[in-house]
Amino acid sequence: MSLLEVDDIEVRYGAIRALKGVSFNVEEGEVVALLGANGAGKTTTQKTVSGMMTPALGQIRFDGERIDGVPAHTLIHRGICHVPEGRRVFPRMSVAENLDMGAFRFKRPDLHVLARVFEMFPRLKERETQLAGTLSGGEQQMLAIGRALMGKPRLLLLDEPSMGLAPLIVKQIFDIVREINASGVTVLIVEQNAAQALGLANRGYVLETGEVVLSGSGQELLADDRVRAAYLGEEIATS
Amino acid sequence: MNDFMNFVILGLTRGSMYALIALGYTLVYGVLQLINFAHSEVFMSGAFGSYLVIQSVVTDGSSPPWFAVVGIIVLGLGSGAITGAAVAWSLERVAYRPLRRRGAPKLAFLISAIGASFFLSQLAGKLFNRLNNNSFPTYFNLNKHVIDIGGVTVSLVQLIIIVSALLMMLFLDLLVSKTKLGRSIRGVAEDAPTAALMGIDIDKTISRTFVIGGALGGAAGFLFGTAFFFSNTMGFIPSVKAFAAAVLGGIGNIRGAMLGGLLLGMIEAIVPTFPWYKPGFIGTAWTDVVAFVVLVLVLIVRPSGILGERLGRAA
Repeated sequence: MSLLEVDDIEVRYGAIRALKGVSFNVEEGEVVALLGANGAGKTTTQKTVSGMMTPALGQIRFDGERIDGVPAHTLIHRGICHVPEGRRVFPRMSVAENLDMGAFRFKRPDLHVLARVFEMFPRLKERETQLAGTLSGGEQQMLAIGRALMGKPRLLLLDEPSMGLAPLIVKQIFDIVREINASGVTVLIVEQNAAQALGLANRGYVLETGEVVLSGSGQELLADDRVRAAYLGEEIATS
Repeated sequence: MNDFMNFVILGLTRGSMYALIALGYTLVYGVLQLINFAHSEVFMSGAFGSYLVIQSVVTDGSSPPWFAVVGIIVLGLGSGAITGAAVAWSLERVAYRPLRRRGAPKLAFLISAIGASFFLSQLAGKLFNRLNNNSFPTYFNLNKHVIDIGGVTVSLVQLIIIVSALLMMLFLDLLVSKTKLGRSIRGVAEDAPTAALMGIDIDKTISRTFVIGGALGGAAGFLFGTAFFFSNTMGFIPSVKAFAAAVLGGIGNIRGAMLGGLLLGMIEAIVPTFPWYKPGFIGTAWTDVVAFVVLVLVLIVRPSGILGERLGRAA
């Protein structure tokens, strides 16, 4: 049994079908990447998994139990933590308060986890009392990931963690994601930066206009001509 | 100077009531980005609720010892707060939540609020008509008990209002900044979908926000009723001013509402009377005009209010 099974889900925004029957699965301990161009449905897929959206058709099972239609605020109790698109830190709360928010589902934050987050992101420790809205983009991304870790995820959903960040920071973030995965957290990552994501992922799925058009292991997809043409063109040219 | 201090006391008395009501507007605005125009009736119902409780306990004209007076005040504040909280909670359930579920436009909420406001005000008139323009049992003469602090005279009722309002504001400030409940309210106010991802139940948080704002408004209703009078239409004027105070302080900002309320009360008390006061020039009849002129001036200079950050985001 897979940790996460997404079975033929269809998601609509009004009359628009954003997902037209998407199926995939994530095994415990894996890193799975969802790739695709803007508007392909990657973010919608993640939002549906984390309960921010409800599928019109299809099923989602986590640990064998159906979770489609379960609202987001109860899903986190099962250990699904979502780092949303655009980081979405709470701008007028301090870094420390943001991390506390991540542990909202617990009576009180686990100090061991907090210490680990600070170990991973020393910058956050330095800026503990600073308002999150005043952090740089990279620091906000670190905070968003740290906040999700405070919720002790079994499944971590990452939505474009590399967006708008300098290459050096992107590398740091991906190293951290690898470290998080090594500690036993399953990761479902959405990326436009296909090379980085596939380098990290065990498996990947390519979405196009709301459908899965390709799937395979990270290496297979990296080698696939269609993937190279569509998503890696720029990286091949520059490297 | 002592004259001046007397006006400050007067200003603080009015201002702390405005602040308590303004908090209700600003809290709800924070989580929903809408003005709860039925909040005036929450305030009014607090006065009626506490009246019903107090008049069943105290007979008119009795003169209980001081500790009984303290008990009566706590009872009044408590019953006013409970009534206000209950009315505000039901308001959210009946007038707002169904619209929220359907994703109705902001204008629909406004109309719904006005409807609820009329309904509550008329209902109170129908039920308690005989109480119109009544006042609380004079369990002791609040205005006669005057305390002299270095030449500044404070009546007991003023002291009660100022102290209890400041205590409630301090309590709210701690609640919002230190507790988990407060953090959930701030989370929903800053970014509701992300707050939900953290495990915060948005609907529950909104309900609780209405309850907290309603409790403060209801307690203010008791204080107002004790100091002045109460009727089923008493809510309108103080609430319009409290709304102005919330805007003055920066709508959505909790400390802004407190500051705006106290400031507005102070301006009302001081500007028409001091120091250029001459009979026939600007008298106390101009109080409302002065208060709103100041509001307009502040908003010209600082449209987001004194402590407000960004009105743009809310729209």
